[in-house]
Amino acid sequence: MLAPIRTVSTERGTCPLLTVQPNRAQVDEKFQIVIMNLLPNQKVTLHSLHQSEDKDFWEAFGHYISDENGTVTVAKDESLGGTYEGTEQMGLLWSMRPVPGSRPGLRLRKMNILTPIVIHISVYNGHLSQDFSQQTPLASSVTERWYVAPGVQRVNIRENGVRGTLFLPPGPGPYPGVLDLWGGGGGLVEYRSGLLASHGFASMALEYLAPEELRTADVDVSYFEKAYQILQNHPKVHRDRMAMLGLSFGSAVTLSMAAYSKVIKPQCCVCISGSHVFPVDKSLFEVFEEMKKYMGRIYMNKENQVIHRDIILPIPSDPALKVDVGRIKCPLLLVNAGDDQNWASVESAEDMEMMMEKAGNRHLLTVLTYPDAGHLIEPPYSPHFRASNFILQEIKEKIVMLWGGQTKPHAYAQEDSWEKILTFLRQHLYFSSNFAVKAKL
Amino acid sequence: MYSLYRSVSTQMRTCPLLSVQPVRGLLDEKFQIVVTNLPPNQKVTLHSLHQSDDKDFWEAFGHYVSDEHGSVAGFKDESLGGTYEGTEPMGLLWSMRPIPGSRHGLRLRKRDIFRPMEVCISVYCEHLSQGFSQQTPLATSVTERWYIAPGVKRINIMEKEIQGTLFLPPGSGTYPGVLDLWGGGGGLVEYRSALLASHGFASMALEYTQDTDASYFEKAYQILNNHPMVKKDHLAVLGLSLGSAITLSMTSYSKVIKPQCCVCISGSHLMPVDKSLSDLFELMKNNADKLCVNENNQVILRNLILSLPSQSAKIDVGRIKCPLLLVNGDDDQAVPVVESAEDMAKMMKKAGNRHLLEILMYPGAGHLIEPPYSPHFRATNYKLQWTNERIVMLWGGQTKPHAYAQEDAWKKILAFLWQHLSAP
Repeated sequence: MLAPIRTVSTERGTCPLLTVQPNRAQVDEKFQIVIMNLLPNQKVTLHSLHQSEDKDFWEAFGHYISDENGTVTVAKDESLGGTYEGTEQMGLLWSMRPVPGSRPGLRLRKMNILTPIVIHISVYNGHLSQDFSQQTPLASSVTERWYVAPGVQRVNIRENGVRGTLFLPPGPGPYPGVLDLWGGGGGLVEYRSGLLASHGFASMALEYLAPEELRTADVDVSYFEKAYQILQNHPKVHRDRMAMLGLSFGSAVTLSMAAYSKVIKPQCCVCISGSHVFPVDKSLFEVFEEMKKYMGRIYMNKENQVIHRDIILPIPSDPALKVDVGRIKCPLLLVNAGDDQNWASVESAEDMEMMMEKAGNRHLLTVLTYPDAGHLIEPPYSPHFRASNFILQEIKEKIVMLWGGQTKPHAYAQEDSWEKILTFLRQHLYFSSNFAVKAKL
Repeated sequence: MYSLYRSVSTQMRTCPLLSVQPVRGLLDEKFQIVVTNLPPNQKVTLHSLHQSDDKDFWEAFGHYVSDEHGSVAGFKDESLGGTYEGTEPMGLLWSMRPIPGSRHGLRLRKRDIFRPMEVCISVYCEHLSQGFSQQTPLATSVTERWYIAPGVKRINIMEKEIQGTLFLPPGSGTYPGVLDLWGGGGGLVEYRSALLASHGFASMALEYTQDTDASYFEKAYQILNNHPMVKKDHLAVLGLSLGSAITLSMTSYSKVIKPQCCVCISGSHLMPVDKSLSDLFELMKNNADKLCVNENNQVILRNLILSLPSQSAKIDVGRIKCPLLLVNGDDDQAVPVVESAEDMAKMMKKAGNRHLLEILMYPGAGHLIEPPYSPHFRATNYKLQWTNERIVMLWGGQTKPHAYAQEDAWKKILAFLWQHLSAP
């Protein structure tokens, strides 16, 4: 950015300058926030504000003191208090929470990803912690965060009963394909696929839990196989460079397909916050019926938040109750949270490791465990939700689900795991020399 | 088309990755282009393609060779040929020109500034110089170049017959103001004001015709100065070409227009605009015989302007009371900027205000000194205001020094404006 040249001057303190670079960024990109032209050693508050698609307001703030030049550089200086502390370049995003007076149990998710997330960043005089809307900021800036890069194409998939959205990188392709599965919350969630396409992967977000459109009795192994084939057969997708990526229940699907399907044979898989217990080798209706038997293990804490994790504990020794991960033939990356209150993913990972050791495919497994992170490991800089409103599939009831995690370690987990997931996908889908390229001449 | 790609990949056995960072940038921001996962020492061509608001296609390209890791870094490596050579991080933008077969005399200007300039960046195998549309690229990325930052507001100004557009930076503060004047080409050109607002200035692009006189500009200045979101009496006037002459004239003579500083790009004090513009155009018309045409039938305007003082007075720049920055290209063929700058310096020395004058003279640059990374136009189609004749105007300049001038001048203009407008 072209900064104004401001040498030592007696006129400092007027016209503070706030710059946010880049001011249109991809969701997983860092920004640089610098404030200049303050008085030396001036107390200021840096504040972020966002209005969600649901119209709720989210905010974060940090307390800073300018240096002897009247400058605050967020990437280098320490926040002394607020919603985040310490040197945290992206704290204004990941520490966001609903403004006081908001409805409880909110979760921040972007459903229309063809428009950006718009964030207002402001600098206030003094160390404020509330009532920002009643103050006049010293300076303001607006920044956009995008889930899709320019040129990424969005394609509706409604084929053969399969419902999803395919995101294609710009250019002629062909591209490696990723089948992208979310969890038991259901619906068609596109943002992670949009982001993956912005990184060069043809990514298909698959809808498989949609009470209005899909009967759980109809969603079985063949549904996922059809979806995989639709992706694989797409003219812009490289049929020999495929991956499956799942979060939460989507992980169980991923592991089941990788282990059992004769059709789904990806080059690699990623499972976030998942488990191999309750194999998806029948229809979802039957899987949920099976899970209902263990509902007694789910309980509420004193804040009335539901803790779901014990539903699979202790990890069963009966092989019929687990995906036989010894059968998996491709590299597998597990991304788990140490404080996952929703699925016992850490315990599951330990058991999977034992099974794979026994079966002789342990070398395919990589496990990343993030201490004090919670269940919802989302793309970087998303806020952390320790608990939020949820509809529990097994009983179709509205509850508050405890996901777990502490904000700062959770933010670290999101940032670090995303980088490692992209590296893993690139390694196995772009850089691997194990590809038999068929020359169709 | 796909079998062509397959045959390439059989030879290469790789899936190249192209990244452009940032993928959405402001027009004056640099980008970094990196290609990885190529075979080592592979000849490739980096190519840029843009379709203008007028639907013409513009392109640029550079020839590179990947290093031993199979990488090409556009911001560090040398282009060995193409529309630019050497280490030029932004060459794919500023060296753009219309694709072969395009209409002649084109100029690239953005009309709809709320939509970004979309540039398609591709990497091709081998060193290509033509026929890009018939080849399948190894990888493609699309980058957006924006004239307007998020949160900048656009306000139509239609007040007391003043026609313009005001761009306000985001937020609720008051901002230093800039009155932004383009040249004789006319119309309402918004992109520079939008960019200035993206840098913290309340900038008003003003439309004016040959029927305007001093009172029109004074009213416009007052509208800007009195705007509730403009910091009163923290104003600059910025002009290009004829807009510079107007800037010099107003600043010298007007009792109303008293800016904290002025910027004059590619201007001259030899164009008397103190009465009305139609008088100036009458003068130009009467001296049409001084217009030269070169061997390509391109009109050279500078000599006509040089001859004007024998007919009427120069603008008395000795009367200017605020800092004045002149931005000129020494190969300017439309306006005699070199001679004017020298004469202005002499006049101001005599009058005792020489210390207010700063001259930036860019060797090899032409007349149209635009925001950074805009392509260079040595000559384009133009309509002479005083005869309505359609001609090809020679602006001058060579592409590489002109690109340098645009990039360097913009930095210095922004610094100059901040220096003089952000005092209390």
